[in-house]
Amino acid sequence: MKKTNPVLQATEMIMRVLLTVCGLAAVGFVVVITGYLVVSGIPAIRQVGLIEFLTGTVWKPSQDQFGILPVILTSVLGTFGAILIGVPLGLLFAIYLGKMAPKPVYQVLRPTVDLLAGIPSVVYGLVGMMVLVPFVREVFHVADGVGLFSSIIVLTVMVLPSIISVSETALKAVPHEYEEASLALGATWNETVFKVTFPAAKSGIAASVVLGIGRAVGEAMAIMMVCGNVANMPSLFSSVRFLTTAIAGEMSYSSGLHRQALFSVALILYCFIMLINMVLNFFLKKKEK
Amino acid sequence: MKRSSYRRFMDGLRSTLMYVAIAIVCLLLLGIIGYIFVRGIPHISWEFLSTKPSPRSGTIGILPDLLNTLYVILMTLVVVLPLGVGAAIYLTEYASNKKLVRVIEFATETLSGIPSIIFGLVGMLVFVEFFGLQSSLLAGALTLVILTLPTVVRTTQESLKTVPQSYREGALGLGAGKWRMIRTVVLPSSVDGIVTGCILAIGRIVGESAALLYTAGVAHNILSLAQAVMPNTPGSTLTVALYMYASERAEFDSAFAIATILLILTFLINLAAKFAGRKLRKN
Repeated sequence: MKKTNPVLQATEMIMRVLLTVCGLAAVGFVVVITGYLVVSGIPAIRQVGLIEFLTGTVWKPSQDQFGILPVILTSVLGTFGAILIGVPLGLLFAIYLGKMAPKPVYQVLRPTVDLLAGIPSVVYGLVGMMVLVPFVREVFHVADGVGLFSSIIVLTVMVLPSIISVSETALKAVPHEYEEASLALGATWNETVFKVTFPAAKSGIAASVVLGIGRAVGEAMAIMMVCGNVANMPSLFSSVRFLTTAIAGEMSYSSGLHRQALFSVALILYCFIMLINMVLNFFLKKKEK
Repeated sequence: MKRSSYRRFMDGLRSTLMYVAIAIVCLLLLGIIGYIFVRGIPHISWEFLSTKPSPRSGTIGILPDLLNTLYVILMTLVVVLPLGVGAAIYLTEYASNKKLVRVIEFATETLSGIPSIIFGLVGMLVFVEFFGLQSSLLAGALTLVILTLPTVVRTTQESLKTVPQSYREGALGLGAGKWRMIRTVVLPSSVDGIVTGCILAIGRIVGESAALLYTAGVAHNILSLAQAVMPNTPGSTLTVALYMYASERAEFDSAFAIATILLILTFLINLAAKFAGRKLRKN
């Protein structure tokens, strides 16, 4: 019978336990985040009333009025706008990148997309604030260039990299046999890519769009610099406030019920994100099948 | 055989739309980068990089912000690397319960989808207030640990999966215990993946601002590493400094100079990630 070294055996045991703890850390974090948001978000909702909170149109913390309908609508419309412009732009780009670009062009465009993805959001905010906002003011003859329009443009730029990267991967994963069959039937490469490859990759592409939606809903700092951050009903050319910018903008000086109401805003935002994640998982599962 | 004119027209239309989209995206990026460089480069000087802001002379220097960024990167990596690599090892080598693996992977995916402002808020509640760290680089770094965990876990997991099963069987067959097998055989062959994860995590940390604003705070004091790891020492990273200079103080020249530096950093990090990724694929 061989003898085992007790020190080695103990190490094995300890490491197994430690690694298990590491593995469970992510679960712990999610539980803590969810728990904290629910516990700190519920009191204000209870005090204001859920219906009142979600459908109220006036946000005046000084008078204890907390209605976040304008904020929710702004987030929804802003995201919708960014997706409306970003999806066609991103998908056309992805089709070229994944299926048509000659190798040298690909080697230039691919790092370009990565760079677009890596640029910090405050940098986009800065350029938006210094270039886009004055531009909008001049072109549309409005008092100030801040508002939903500028925010949508900034968000569009920020969702492009996720849409491009994920849908490019999906397009590349389509079996070559599909394309060869289409070519053999006399379709051009252009027709093949748009009518065969593209539909075949549709669940991956849907995932990329949902991912883009998640990015747009969650973005805070960049749009904070171009949206004006006043809780008006959404309009293209006057100050608006998003769910994210409501939290980022007022957290520093809020207290009491106001502060709790901001936690409730965070809870609502979290619910939106969870919903989006679920849809994303649905598409990713479908893709795997 | 000749194609019908309708089909030729549609081919042309699709190609045109595609080229228009590419032109828009490329021009946008070139415009952004060009504009930042033009506005930022003239304001980068040795003095700008090597001093702290001085209210008396009204000059702005970003040495504290550069150092803070470095400290936050170091502190975050020190915690997230063992944690993330450990989690990846557990998932690929130890976990036998399929259901538990699915729960952990779901949690990791969920974490990667949560917006950074939520991390900032919860980080403020947990680290700043509950643990009493005050606004500090430490609280910021701990918040970023949660934010970067999914990145490290995912890349490590991918590279662990590429280690051939025969390596493991060989080590186990020679009588090594599981941990010994992992330490001496599996981990060394997946170093590239871990490095890639590290680089990607650094990229996220450098670009992060919303999660740091209310956890790491805003202060521009030159700190030593020993001071930086203590609670109650706030400090702004480059991104937060950019935001404060642009939004609160209308110091746009300095903001653009910081933006230039951030762009260069992003470029370098992307390059490093690509290099490490290529090496990973070769092995």
